[in-house]
Amino acid sequence: MFPGNPQSILMPVRASTIIASFVVALLLNFLPWRDLRLAPDFVALVLVFWCVRQPRMVGLGVGWSLGLLTDAGNGVLLGQHALAYSLLAFLALWLSRRILWFGVGLQALHVAVMLLVAQAVGLLVRVASGNAFPGWPIIVGPLLGAALWPVITWLLLYRQRRSEREQAI
Amino acid sequence: MDHTPPPFFKRGPAPLVRLFFFASLSLALLVIDARFRYVEGLRGWLALAAYPLQRIALAPIEAGERIGDYFSTQARLVDENQKLREKALAYSQDAQRFAAAAAETDELRRLIDAGARLPVEVKPAEVIYASRDPYTQKIFVDRGSAQGVVAGSPVADESGIIGQVTRVHPLLSEVTLITNPDQATPVQVVRNGLRAIAFGGGASGMLELRFTASNAEIQNGDRLVTSGIDGTYPAGLPVATVVQIERDAEHTFARVICRPAAGVDRGRYVLVLANLAALPPKPEEAQAGKERRGEKSRRGRMKDAAKEAPREADVPR
Repeated sequence: MFPGNPQSILMPVRASTIIASFVVALLLNFLPWRDLRLAPDFVALVLVFWCVRQPRMVGLGVGWSLGLLTDAGNGVLLGQHALAYSLLAFLALWLSRRILWFGVGLQALHVAVMLLVAQAVGLLVRVASGNAFPGWPIIVGPLLGAALWPVITWLLLYRQRRSEREQAI
Repeated sequence: MDHTPPPFFKRGPAPLVRLFFFASLSLALLVIDARFRYVEGLRGWLALAAYPLQRIALAPIEAGERIGDYFSTQARLVDENQKLREKALAYSQDAQRFAAAAAETDELRRLIDAGARLPVEVKPAEVIYASRDPYTQKIFVDRGSAQGVVAGSPVADESGIIGQVTRVHPLLSEVTLITNPDQATPVQVVRNGLRAIAFGGGASGMLELRFTASNAEIQNGDRLVTSGIDGTYPAGLPVATVVQIERDAEHTFARVICRPAAGVDRGRYVLVLANLAALPPKPEEAQAGKERRGEKSRRGRMKDAAKEAPREADVPR
């Protein structure tokens, strides 16, 4: 169905998988990272994934709510991540028809651009509200996130694939 | 992928319209939060919702530490015990002398008719995690309004001030470290009593004394303690040591860099001090004049008086 993996037809996704993946991503984000600028934003990554794969189930509303939760949990300006995640969700929805025609490597490049744009929006908000620029390592997080894209794809499609394999037997 | 036919006619508003809606909602929230602080209630509820996730995220680390503790060797424990006993002995000497000195100070203050110093109430707390925000230096501790923490309380560790409580949630509170760029701490040089304000240096982990005249009498190695005249910090707690001074004839102010005395970016246990000092209200006219002058720039910044106090209390004139 999709050129990314022409041999397999995936099972429909379960809502529980989506919810569980977001909970795990939030958990990973709340881990005490040593240098926050280098840590990839897992919630953003999972959001992009589901917006690309299931544009009718996950969209701007989900992104916005997750952003608000992240903002409150981290004690930053309320609305900063909400803005970044809704823009991210929009970009992912917009590119969702296009991205899946590429291989995983080129998909990751698209994702890198999206994550960088979202990070830039967050940066713009913070600089506008009077914080200092935290230095160039800030772009490492999104790039690392994009590098994790193949892993995330494999992990999050696992449940859909497994049921398909069981049926084949 | 999906087995249902796509709903051709019922797809809701176009993505661009949705983006516009959510982006304006976010921007409105940003402005309200940054300038007016009307959404603290909403933030409290959301923080409460995120709290279990945050605790679960820390569980593996805590478990790892517990396992490490379990396997710590007998020799290490004995060694540590010995060191702690020596430390306690040294501290007990200090404590005995402190009691005598405090009594003497009270006596002297009574002689000159000065108000008595209030005792400082201390609540121990554990650092849960550092804020996931590379722009600010903040930590979260596991004591909140349920345990009686109030916003504005100073926070210290065993060797000095580390910050100030800036937001209190039901079960945890947010501590802005003294190295945060916006955070101001009123200090005093121990050697000669010179007053100044220490501002955070951001990611460098240092402090900077702003508005210190270039001919001010200050030198490398000077110890800075809280001056206590702001009514927020108790007087005499170590804050930092001066490590570098740049005096340039071109500038009015010297550039003074100091290293924090406390382990601001490390350590797990901190003390939340209660600010019991009841200062007399500020004079009427001075207050009114200040309001008019600083209204515009101030509205967006820290609203609560406790935060405001160190900013204005002792700018060297």
